Amino acid sequence: MARIRLEAVRHSYGEGDALRPADIEFEDGGAYALLGPSGCGKTTLLNIVSGLIRPSAGRVLFDDRDVTDLDTAARNIAQVFQFPVVYDTMTVAQNLAFPLRNRGLPAGQVRQRVGEVLEMLDLTAVANRRATRLSADDKQKVSLGRGLVRSDVAAILFDEPLTVIDPQAKWRLRAQLKLLHRQFGHTMVYVTHDQTEALTFADRVAVMRDGAILQIGSAQELFDAPRHTFVGYFIGSPGMNVLPVEAEGGALRIGQHAIAMTSGPTAPGARVELGVRPEHIRLGREGLPVQVRRVDDVGRRRIVHAALAGHELQVSLDEAAEIPAEPRVAFEPGRAGVFVDSWRVGA
Amino acid sequence: MLELRNVARTAGSEVCVAETTLALERGSVNVLLGPTGSGKTSLLRLMAGLDRPTAGSIWFDGADVTGRPVRQRNVAMVYQQFVNYPTLSVYENIASPLRVAAVAAAEIDRRVLETAERLKLGPYLQRKPAELSGGQQQRTALARAIVKAAPLVLLDEPLANLDYKLREELREELPRLFADTGSILVYATTEPAEALLLGGATATLSQGRITQFGPTLAVFREPGDLITAQTFSDPPLNTIAVAKRGARFVAEGFASPAPAMADGDYILGLRPHHLRLDADGPALHGVVRVCEITGSETYVHLQIAGRDWVLLAGGVRSLQPGAAVQVSFDPAQLMVFHADGQAASARKAAA
Repeated sequence: MARIRLEAVRHSYGEGDALRPADIEFEDGGAYALLGPSGCGKTTLLNIVSGLIRPSAGRVLFDDRDVTDLDTAARNIAQVFQFPVVYDTMTVAQNLAFPLRNRGLPAGQVRQRVGEVLEMLDLTAVANRRATRLSADDKQKVSLGRGLVRSDVAAILFDEPLTVIDPQAKWRLRAQLKLLHRQFGHTMVYVTHDQTEALTFADRVAVMRDGAILQIGSAQELFDAPRHTFVGYFIGSPGMNVLPVEAEGGALRIGQHAIAMTSGPTAPGARVELGVRPEHIRLGREGLPVQVRRVDDVGRRRIVHAALAGHELQVSLDEAAEIPAEPRVAFEPGRAGVFVDSWRVGA
Repeated sequence: MLELRNVARTAGSEVCVAETTLALERGSVNVLLGPTGSGKTSLLRLMAGLDRPTAGSIWFDGADVTGRPVRQRNVAMVYQQFVNYPTLSVYENIASPLRVAAVAAAEIDRRVLETAERLKLGPYLQRKPAELSGGQQQRTALARAIVKAAPLVLLDEPLANLDYKLREELREELPRLFADTGSILVYATTEPAEALLLGGATATLSQGRITQFGPTLAVFREPGDLITAQTFSDPPLNTIAVAKRGARFVAEGFASPAPAMADGDYILGLRPHHLRLDADGPALHGVVRVCEITGSETYVHLQIAGRDWVLLAGGVRSLQPGAAVQVSFDPAQLMVFHADGQAASARKAAA
């Protein structure tokens, strides 16, 4: 296991920066996720950690050792990919044993370690089955197991490992992965575009866009206090409402309505916006008047699409909540943020 | 209207689609919901005419179209993999069904530009598909399906290969994009949340069989059997086998008031969001396995009565693995099934 540090790392595939200069540190034994839309640079960043890509600039340090010029094998990294990588002619147990035998581990230790991983992944019953006869879910479990079986790796890197898995199986695998992290304590970095996977797996999530890391934080930090409007939008379903407002002498106005918030001084011509999550808006008889345009019942809650001073606003209600005849909205105290040129300046 | 009358398809000893009778109205949005291998694609292929049923007949607007090949039907299909003509520009990709139908050039131009505008493809019309992002490629495939104005539009997990957020946006747009055409929309997905967001009607599938078909929320809230309830639950449905004795359901480590019904063996189902950590109601003892925090909610994986359950709590709840917790629920939210899986009573919709 290792602490991984990227210093002023930048990467370009030719035109423009796929990854803009960044410093990032993955603590020893931490669980991290890189989250963002396709093209945001998350896989580039992962490949720089693994050694598949040599960065155009900057250094990669494992426990203060410069590994920038070392390949994946020399860095001692285990990887799990989106599509299962298994040896079809081997049994499940042989697949798991393979990385250990390769490194010349004694047979007794191999048996013990393979047994542990089989147990943790609920694969004991199919241990002696040939991998070719497994379901897609089980094959991916074997892939995960191969990534987890070596206890001496510096880090385990996951590139969209659950994307091809059915929702029900995803639940089980995600919880198992989290338990495995607790038990084995590896440094783990997990790349995904799925916010639920990222937020539930990782202790800290880096949200990326256009080659830049916009914010690194816990699920709660990213949800409660997004630093950038894109983080507010990308985290949460639906994402944060972003409403254009006017700042006048430190007070905020939306349409004709004054809002009791202060933005601090803003430069002339700056774009000022109010960000508030659908979960943090109360729909009732108090506050600013809205027009309800549509209500989507999505099972365990309802999403109200409303217009506030002509701007689209989404409000999340639980199953039983009522919508009054002339509805008004109030933002929960301290839950709305003020953003200037997309960056949070206050609440 | 599209009708499947006692349609089935077998391949050797394998049943791809069990006997199915289904009627879909013009202008309707229909979801086929089920896990991989449950028969969604097989059913779509029968509807499209790509496969011929081994039994039964398929009718469209009153005409028997069984065995009529896909080329002679007016069907639009969009697949999970982005399928476009790689050598044609985006414009020509969208125009292709109209060129085949020998529509006049001015009319083609008008319809292509209009559809491209709605799908935000306006700036990319001269590009080749390979020069587009995944989302733009799938928008191109969707634009081609829309411009075709086919009375039957079949979408096979069309958003599965797209980013999560893009999926959210396109999913919301989709029913509206096809709303004007009066087409029958059939949308296959593995994700319960996607069915709920699309609305319309849902058919749940399991092992080649439609287990229930009806308005999406009715199927979600009042599943007719256990397999439907499980297919339509994400996070997974919590279940426990119990015996009803007098006014109570009981099992080792589990007790709950029971409605008036015959004594005997039952299976209870409880959705994760109906389990609570801090409310009144029957109390169960749980041991926390792991907590997953999304920022707005927490999924608590628990051991209850020897079973792995999931509880969905609002807000952030940090519970340590191994912690003992009291879990309660409103008995009115229990789904009750006979031992064979059939629903024991029509469950009242939860508010």
